[in-house]
Amino acid sequence: MERTLAETIREYTRIHLLENNGLLLAQCVAAVGWIGGTVPELTEEQGIIELPICDASGSGFACGAALAGRRPIFIVRYQGFMWYDCVSLINYAAKSKEIWNTPCPIFIRSIAMEGKGIGPVASSAQYSMFMRPPGLQVCAPMTPHEWGEAWQWFLDHDDPIYVSEHRLSYSTTEEASNTIRDDARITIIAISAGRINAKKSVKYLSEEGIACDLIHLMWLKPLKITDEMRASLSKTGRGVIVDSDFSIAGASRSIAYELMHDTGAKVYAFGLEDRSSGVSKSTENCTPSPQKIVSYVEELLRK
Amino acid sequence: MSDRKHSWGVRDCHAEFSEAETLMMYRRASLCRYFETYLRDLMESRDMGMPIYLSLGQEYLAAALSVAFPGCSIFGQHRGHSFYLSYGGDIHKLIDELLMKDTGCCQGMGGSACIADPNIQMYGHSGLLGDQVPIAVGAALGGHSKVLSIAGDAAAEEDYVLGAIGFAATHKLPVLFVCEDNDLSILTPVNVRRSWKITDVATSFGMAAIDIADDPWTVMQTVREIQTLPYYMNVMVCRKLWHAGPGNDGPPEWDRHELVLKKMRDLHLDKKVQEIDGEIKSYVESTWREHLQRQ
Repeated sequence: MERTLAETIREYTRIHLLENNGLLLAQCVAAVGWIGGTVPELTEEQGIIELPICDASGSGFACGAALAGRRPIFIVRYQGFMWYDCVSLINYAAKSKEIWNTPCPIFIRSIAMEGKGIGPVASSAQYSMFMRPPGLQVCAPMTPHEWGEAWQWFLDHDDPIYVSEHRLSYSTTEEASNTIRDDARITIIAISAGRINAKKSVKYLSEEGIACDLIHLMWLKPLKITDEMRASLSKTGRGVIVDSDFSIAGASRSIAYELMHDTGAKVYAFGLEDRSSGVSKSTENCTPSPQKIVSYVEELLRK
Repeated sequence: MSDRKHSWGVRDCHAEFSEAETLMMYRRASLCRYFETYLRDLMESRDMGMPIYLSLGQEYLAAALSVAFPGCSIFGQHRGHSFYLSYGGDIHKLIDELLMKDTGCCQGMGGSACIADPNIQMYGHSGLLGDQVPIAVGAALGGHSKVLSIAGDAAAEEDYVLGAIGFAATHKLPVLFVCEDNDLSILTPVNVRRSWKITDVATSFGMAAIDIADDPWTVMQTVREIQTLPYYMNVMVCRKLWHAGPGNDGPPEWDRHELVLKKMRDLHLDKKVQEIDGEIKSYVESTWREHLQRQ
């Protein structure tokens, strides 16, 4: 039986703690089913450190543990908390190798969620802010294989990596494949939970007679513009980045900018709206829904 | 009103230390003092091109700790020249860093505030006030067996510093927390900024803590008597010069160097003091000149 993403993370973590002398640092580890079933039920002696609720300190502890050679996994259970937790990740871990030639490798698991009344504090993804400072790799894996790829990158390098996870992906067993069609009129490049919704929207648009290419994007920084992206955008002449983070000064606009300069195609950014999320259906601010993506694409094609 | 004074918590304990230990402490303080005196003079005659944080007046704390607490990982802060030199950091690389060269101890990327030397296990500081404290605690959590965390009285107010002290107490981590309490956050004194004492906070977290002035024998004796780590030492020091730069706002509350010289005379070590000072002064000045001539 295939493993879910949550089971995959749990197994990689178990091996890291029990066989690699690794550490895992997080708040409330045992809560909510051991962080969505992604953490093995081990003890402090086996490497699981329950952090106190002083968010800004926690990332410092992770840096120190990394300097001590423990290659810690540092988990932030809601990405919105990153505005507190980012302090030492950005100011220290990301700079340490460049300034002092002292690696500070941390596997930063930052978990996004949205909807279900989660509201303004903890919702949505926040990876864009980690793409700005130098020194951090940023990715948003959504499948077991992709997460394993991020983990292997971490083991092969001595740099910190920001791994944006999404709660919607934890039960996934399926891997993602891009959709490329000769008759595609637009290229959709999707990130994080945007990939789930974009996939649904592409199916609906196809039924409406609008062929789309769909490219799943996991590595956000450094951005690797693939031949497939170039070929698709050259063919369609227009694209849209569907994002689970805010568009303004965010990943989607940054990537759209890179792709436009690289290919000459018009590439748009479609992420969260520029407003706080509420808890009611009418005030939530989530990853664009399949219906919204369909409307957005239809509007672009009318231009 | 501040209750700071040069004799705060000072003990008559110089007899507990051998002449060799006392002279080692003095030699290291002398290195720091002459290094920064030369640097201060240089700063008065030329634009160094970046902010430089001098620790003149505070050097006896670093020198005393380097004698009493050796072999540790060091997590210092922006005013770190004296710790770097006292613990045996490479003076040539420090000068190059202060001269903004790629051959500096941070490859020309850190400047005065971020110095490091892996050969003495001194880790760099990001420049963010106090963030070395949780990082030091994390290093102890990760397995470092003896950690020195140095912060100032302003950094003690950072929320992540308080969280780190609490975490170290909870997990009984081997960290010696040292606060260089010069009573100033740039120019704002402690009693304007807060009504509490950091040693009371540390004690309430469950670790032993002490307030003392920067008499080097008292510092060394206090460290020698530590039963268990973590431990918190709030050490009152006097910064002689500006927060950044070579100027001053009048005489300091006390001059620890003059007090130490008096004690050294009482110990009949004044001749050896003169010899050390002459040797160190000559070494520091020639080393600085050598680097400046290469520019």
